[in-house]
Amino acid sequence: MDAIDRAIVNRLQEGFPIAAHPYREAAEALGISEEELIRRLNRMLERKQLSRFGPMYHAERLGGGLSLCAMSIPADDFERVAEQVNAFPEVAHNYQRDHRLNMWFVLATETPERIPRVLEEIERITGYQVYDMPKEQEFFVGLKFEV
Amino acid sequence: MVLSDRDYRLIEAIQDGLPLSSRPYADIGARLQMDEQAVIERIAALQEEGIIKRMGIVVRHHELGYTANAMVVWDVPDERLEEIGEQLGAQPCVTLCYQRPRRLPEWPYNLFCMIHGRDRGRVLEIIDEMIASHDLREIPHKVLFSGRRFKQRGARYQ
Repeated sequence: MDAIDRAIVNRLQEGFPIAAHPYREAAEALGISEEELIRRLNRMLERKQLSRFGPMYHAERLGGGLSLCAMSIPADDFERVAEQVNAFPEVAHNYQRDHRLNMWFVLATETPERIPRVLEEIERITGYQVYDMPKEQEFFVGLKFEV
Repeated sequence: MVLSDRDYRLIEAIQDGLPLSSRPYADIGARLQMDEQAVIERIAALQEEGIIKRMGIVVRHHELGYTANAMVVWDVPDERLEEIGEQLGAQPCVTLCYQRPRRLPEWPYNLFCMIHGRDRGRVLEIIDEMIASHDLREIPHKVLFSGRRFKQRGARYQ
């Protein structure tokens, strides 16, 4: 990544024009051409430096269910359970963390009512308890990565 | 805002990404039999209502060097939750700050902050500085760094 890539990443994490020629507008603000912006975005997507280029949705306002869930899995059973949990399309991402509760994943469902059903299903298939910790209050969301 | 079937089709059509073309909203419109102006207006309305939080880049933070990803959890007395939540949420290093339910006896923590850094040692220093400058020594906390990432993708809508 060079300085122009970094400027693109920093700037376009803050928004993107909703207008007829959005790449041209964004490129002008960055001092490059529309073609160069598109070429660089394509390249960063191909290199998997970017996960997506497009909208970030607010799950709850779209009527969806969202929760952070944790499980405590013995080391020798971790692989099996990770595979089973990740196979659920509702599991959006899953991280191992260093705590007795060592598996942490986000569950995103089409409706809030689906959350408890998917949790039960995960418990039934894996044989372990799931601790469900939905967001109760938001103090700050500003997930942005300066590069 | 009441979403129409057309809105849901639009939400689904762009969830994996905007076309990387000169007129992306016209291209989406062509797929959905909507004209460019209608696509622009609906996407702007969805963003105005907060259904789209924002348009733009979603990074893969690991690939960009943010490999020290700490979930810092605190057991805050209920009567101090607002105050401490606001304080921690205002820290420049904190990328997310949420209240979540305790799950006693296994899990006593009710305030969750994420700190994404490039280096574990530096992230731990930042946490120590935060504790010192906000007088949080009395508040039990734990730092859970992420180990392996098994899956990362956004939620799906259809």
